[in-house]
Amino acid sequence: MARIIRDRQIVDDNTLTLRLNEDGSFADVPAEGAVLVPLKQFVAQKGALQVRGNVGVWFAPDDEPEDLGADAQALAVIGVEFPAFTDGRGFSIGRLLRERYGYTGELRAFGDVFKDTINYLYRCGFNAFAVREDKDIVEAAKGLDDFPEFYQSSVQQPQPLFRRRA
Amino acid sequence: MYIYDDYDQQIVDARVAQFRDQTRRYLAGELTDEEFRPLRLQNGLYIQRHAPMLRVAIPYGELHSRQIRVLAEIARKYDRDYAHFTTRQNIQYNWPALENVPQILADLATVQMHAVQTSGNCIRNTTSDQFAGVAHDEILDPRPWCEIIRQWSTFHPEFAHLPRKFKIAVNGAKEDRSAILVHDIGVNVVRNAAGEVGFEVYVGGGLGRTPIIGALIKPFLPKEHLLSYFDAVLRVYNRYGRRDNKYKARIKILVKAMTPEAFAAKVEEEWAFLKDGPQTLTQAEIDRVAAFFVDPAYETLTGDDASFLAAKASNPAFARWVERNVFGHKKAGYACVTLSLKARGIAPGDASDKQLDDVADLADKFSFSEVRVSHDQNLILPYVKQSELFAVWEEAKRIGFATPNVGLLTDVICCPGGDFCSLANAKSIPIALAIEERFDNLDYLHDLGEIELNMSGCMNACGHHHIGNIGILGVDKNGSEWYQVSLGGRQGESASIGKVVGPSFAQDDMPDVIEKIIGVFVENRHDDERFIEVFDRIGMDPFKAKVYPGKAVAKEAV
Repeated sequence: MARIIRDRQIVDDNTLTLRLNEDGSFADVPAEGAVLVPLKQFVAQKGALQVRGNVGVWFAPDDEPEDLGADAQALAVIGVEFPAFTDGRGFSIGRLLRERYGYTGELRAFGDVFKDTINYLYRCGFNAFAVREDKDIVEAAKGLDDFPEFYQSSVQQPQPLFRRRA
Repeated sequence: MYIYDDYDQQIVDARVAQFRDQTRRYLAGELTDEEFRPLRLQNGLYIQRHAPMLRVAIPYGELHSRQIRVLAEIARKYDRDYAHFTTRQNIQYNWPALENVPQILADLATVQMHAVQTSGNCIRNTTSDQFAGVAHDEILDPRPWCEIIRQWSTFHPEFAHLPRKFKIAVNGAKEDRSAILVHDIGVNVVRNAAGEVGFEVYVGGGLGRTPIIGALIKPFLPKEHLLSYFDAVLRVYNRYGRRDNKYKARIKILVKAMTPEAFAAKVEEEWAFLKDGPQTLTQAEIDRVAAFFVDPAYETLTGDDASFLAAKASNPAFARWVERNVFGHKKAGYACVTLSLKARGIAPGDASDKQLDDVADLADKFSFSEVRVSHDQNLILPYVKQSELFAVWEEAKRIGFATPNVGLLTDVICCPGGDFCSLANAKSIPIALAIEERFDNLDYLHDLGEIELNMSGCMNACGHHHIGNIGILGVDKNGSEWYQVSLGGRQGESASIGKVVGPSFAQDDMPDVIEKIIGVFVENRHDDERFIEVFDRIGMDPFKAKVYPGKAVAKEAV
């Protein structure tokens, strides 16, 4: 079973991340178990998937949070893939889901996720991290506390430092 | 200048610890080259031709003498006794060892300095007018806004991995000395008809492979909305800027592809959600930051100091230096002095540890301990009394920083080029030195008047060759180094991109080519016309005819 960081704890997780088939057709959804389905598939099969339950959605970097919109609020888990940690589009996706679409469930970063990316992700609203398998997950979790203070408004701390300076 | 409080210091100290840990993990094999690369770049660390190069941030070009002394000490302790000032008001060390970089950062942090975001695909050091706060033509001081932008951009969580680097410049004077039209975001601090302070916002300017002049997308942004509006611009860029081709990844390509109007509309749409949110600036914060940029304890002087005027009248060499290297001050009896880092035989922008220490002493003695760095790669003493200009000149001569050539042909703007930079196609420093040698006669140089000569060793245009009156670009031709020349570029409020004269030239021919171009200018010049005025009047053809007589130069594609 895979382990992830969730709310600062290292926990077991068996969520299955489904991908579109190579020809672009939708993935087969198993009858049971937690799954993350691609945004495109969720939008197309929303009714059936909501009936099944235990379903989350995942975003690729070029997916638009606007396409999910307020449906985000009913989900328990949303994933955002970082195929390379240098692709920062997922940061904006995280903030938009939290700050514009009112999403309060688990927001999980997966893909090229490790200690040195986790602090920015956390501040953009991610609370769960599927750290790359070849990286040390305990070490990675320490990245959450790399900085004691921040200047900007973020999901973690909406008040920028200039509104809080003593 | 801005002084850190505990919050600012904690953030910089945390960065030092973070980078120390990253370096340790890299050296232990826990981070691969590909993983470490973006991380070290965001701390200004390149792996260069010979050794790492460390770029240290000098926010909007302001330095205190105690910071300069630490910069000198770092050059002595970890490098080869010199450092290089860049075209973005920063300073670079060309020879540090990777293992020492965490300690260099720790040393810098003791004087409130860092290398945060001096490279990488993130928001870079904000640049501004080297005469900010003292210029005779200043409308509003840009520095408080630069500092507010510095804090907002430092470790911004959403914009740490943009499609490409992102540069912001702020101007507050009549003459734009910050080149705001060739930045990703350029800002003019302005006052509207009602007397309220706000900003003109330009986006999508830039040099590099595709030089473009920025487009005005917001004619008046009220001051409190600066950061929320920037968040909107950056979010649109972060989401939609191209990531498939690094040569098409700058915001200028996105703005051009969408059109400035459509880009502006998209920003407005995004901004509608962010406007009046928590990033809205408070008057208390604006006042807090502005309080760091008040006037020093000026003496009340009448101006036109008698001893200064007498020295100028009796000493032609001093008078010439005053004419070129002294800039008008807003305060009567004071002047801004430019220390020229363009002495013959020295790479433009280089300073030794000894020279840095001497500049710190000069600043303490004559300029309220403050120094500025200009994007022309010179240093400025911003608060010199007229009555002490002669003494400053004598000292500057001793240091080697009194060449009276500011704004003249030999005040070359130049990147490190192929001698140091692994991106370069060609060397730039030897060309600059050869040109400086050719035009060594100071009388002749002064007669030629203002000519901006800018040179880059490759398309990345760190030497801003596109906006030089004469621009030189190093190109690679079958493994040998050639140089393409352009004419007619200029910076400032009428910034424009120079046009290429024709096929490129071999290194050895360059001094002759420049001499021919200057020859055409001199032959066609009326009275005291500047080079750029003659070029605008007579056009490219006379220059072309002179530098390509017959078929002396083979055609080739570049």
